[in-house]
Amino acid sequence: MNEASGRAEDRADGGRALTAAAFIPGLAHLLRGRRTAGLSLLGLALAMLAVLAFSFDRVASTFTAGRVDYWVAMLTLAGTLAAAWGVSLRGEWGRPRQRAKGTSQWAVAWREFNKNRVAVLGLFLMFGLYLATLLAPYLTSYEPNAIGDIAATRHLPPSLDHLMGTDKFGRDVFTRVLYGARISLSIGFVGVSISVTLGTVVGAVSGYFGGVVDTLLMRFVDMLISFPRLVLLITVIALFEPSIFTVIVVLGLTLWPATARIVRGEVLSLREREFVEAARALGLGSPRIIFRHIVPNVLGPVIVAATLGLGNIILIEAGLSFLGLSVQPPTPSWGNIIDGGREYLVQAWWVSTFPGLAIVVTVVAFNLIGDGLRDALDPRLRI
Amino acid sequence: MSAPLLRVENLRTYFHTAEGVVRAVDGVSFTLGPGETLGIVGESGCGKTVACLSILRLIDPPGRIEPDSRISLRDHDLTAASEEEMRSVRGNEISMIFQEPMTSLNPVWTIGDQIAEALRTHRSARPAEARRRAAEMLRLVGIPNPEQRLDEYPHQFSGGMRQRAMIAMALACDPSVLIADEPTTALDVTIQAEILDLLAGLQEQLGMGLIFVSHDLGVVAQIADRVIVMYAGQVVESGTADELFSRPRHPYSEGLLRATPRVGRRMRRLSVIPGSVASPKRWPPGCRFHPRCPYAWSRCREEAPPLLGEARASRCWLEEEPARRTGDWDEPALAEDR
Repeated sequence: MNEASGRAEDRADGGRALTAAAFIPGLAHLLRGRRTAGLSLLGLALAMLAVLAFSFDRVASTFTAGRVDYWVAMLTLAGTLAAAWGVSLRGEWGRPRQRAKGTSQWAVAWREFNKNRVAVLGLFLMFGLYLATLLAPYLTSYEPNAIGDIAATRHLPPSLDHLMGTDKFGRDVFTRVLYGARISLSIGFVGVSISVTLGTVVGAVSGYFGGVVDTLLMRFVDMLISFPRLVLLITVIALFEPSIFTVIVVLGLTLWPATARIVRGEVLSLREREFVEAARALGLGSPRIIFRHIVPNVLGPVIVAATLGLGNIILIEAGLSFLGLSVQPPTPSWGNIIDGGREYLVQAWWVSTFPGLAIVVTVVAFNLIGDGLRDALDPRLRI
Repeated sequence: MSAPLLRVENLRTYFHTAEGVVRAVDGVSFTLGPGETLGIVGESGCGKTVACLSILRLIDPPGRIEPDSRISLRDHDLTAASEEEMRSVRGNEISMIFQEPMTSLNPVWTIGDQIAEALRTHRSARPAEARRRAAEMLRLVGIPNPEQRLDEYPHQFSGGMRQRAMIAMALACDPSVLIADEPTTALDVTIQAEILDLLAGLQEQLGMGLIFVSHDLGVVAQIADRVIVMYAGQVVESGTADELFSRPRHPYSEGLLRATPRVGRRMRRLSVIPGSVASPKRWPPGCRFHPRCPYAWSRCREEAPPLLGEARASRCWLEEEPARRTGDWDEPALAEDR
């Protein structure tokens, strides 16, 4: 059942057959009873080959198109295939894993996470989403902003040609959702990186030094938190030009206080642990103690906060672009596609529904991962 | 006697809290020679740990080492040293190991990383070199398979092993003074004996000065050359371990010894020292031990005794009026005060 329990290394040899099987990604893992790993490797490789087969001409056109995103897609395709192959072969040919290596907390957490089926599903969803975003040019034969014969293509219902129908300008909704995912996911990713980094540093410094530093920083955090977030965002964005850059920076700079508070709380209790005293007695300076000894110990809650924050930030961005405060049309983002379909909700439900579903799926995926991580990184499980 | 390695004079560490000044360590003096083991004994709350942390200047506000205290390592005045100088002393010249081996190691790094860290900091050792030395240290403290154990995490070590790893960390830079703050309290008795043997052996081998703090008289008797007994932030008695344990002079030391169970001697009950250590915010006037002392008389309530004597000293008026040592531990004078 569980691949963790049936570790391949412990099994007796399957001999040559298994080595040969490893050439088909995942097959060797499957034969050894590691179902999840085997199926995902196999699925991944098959999916990549399918993309290659179905849109061979588009893949081939990479060399003539001269566009960056085609090359990115090409690299993703080749990289994913190579990785699937590599992992599969390493399982058989790689040096037998050194058992002597210690089990870190991360390894323990990963084992726990793997037991949570729903969270793993979330992880697969997220992985698939990012992959689809990177492969976008190969997955659709339309351009996101191309407007053809509007009269003929306007508001076509979903069909095999247009998986999610077309919008009021006759643009393919599937293509726009796919390209819109780039905006949502990258804003989520970069915004969370900024806010988590800032929040961790502020929280750790505040918690470690305490006293005046702590009071000043935390009152500032209180002040930021006490503003109604949407109003604050709208105000700041209104002052500048609404663009993807502004939105990322503003989201990154306004969402850190929550992380800062979590980190500060953790640091306050970690600071009293003896290993911090021991580190000081060893003659380490404050920066080194904070960043090498304290911060790694708060990464658990930070990672959880970041994952849940990703879902949150994607929602906020969708809300902002629905209000026209984020990425400007014609560049697609999930929020502004929904906004574009709003007037025609009755005649063309598909325009708003599919990007809406995309948001729901993404946010649910991130929340599932976040919940899974929260359980896996639960300090009570620490040994 | 050779020149002292570490000299602590009139160390006073006060905590200036909103509720008043807590005089946790109040005028402690002692010296430590190279290769010597000094035991510090006392009940919880008598200022042992604060005194040790003060030597490394690891006292956080509102705690403060009061101005006329002097701590010198060889001729280096540590009370006047800058924070940066202190960092190069900590873990390098003076190391400390703590009571709780379960929480004294950082759970996210391997044992090897943590031992190597001191070397990387103080000796700017290269990673490979630091690792080699870390393995050497683990072997020194008696951990089998050191090369392999380096890559393990603290949770994979048992309590005794962790304390060994802590000792390896503390000794990595060849410190001249090692402060061991109740290093065996949290361990099983058998492991406790192993760690004591290890410390004694290492000290002999490396010739460092060892300050061994404990509330366990048996342990101190076993390892220390000289002992100071602390009560209420002060040294109340000092002497060699033999002298002190065979003929305690201060009533407090006497009480401590009487409260220690001994194998082979049957007693109906262990005697206890009545009462508990007074609050460091308001030490009793006169002798700080007088409310709990069976011999106390009027002078003790009014005048604080100085530390009477030289190497063998006791902070008690009995030194001047030995005839008053009459009375019984089982009928303490405490009743009289109430």
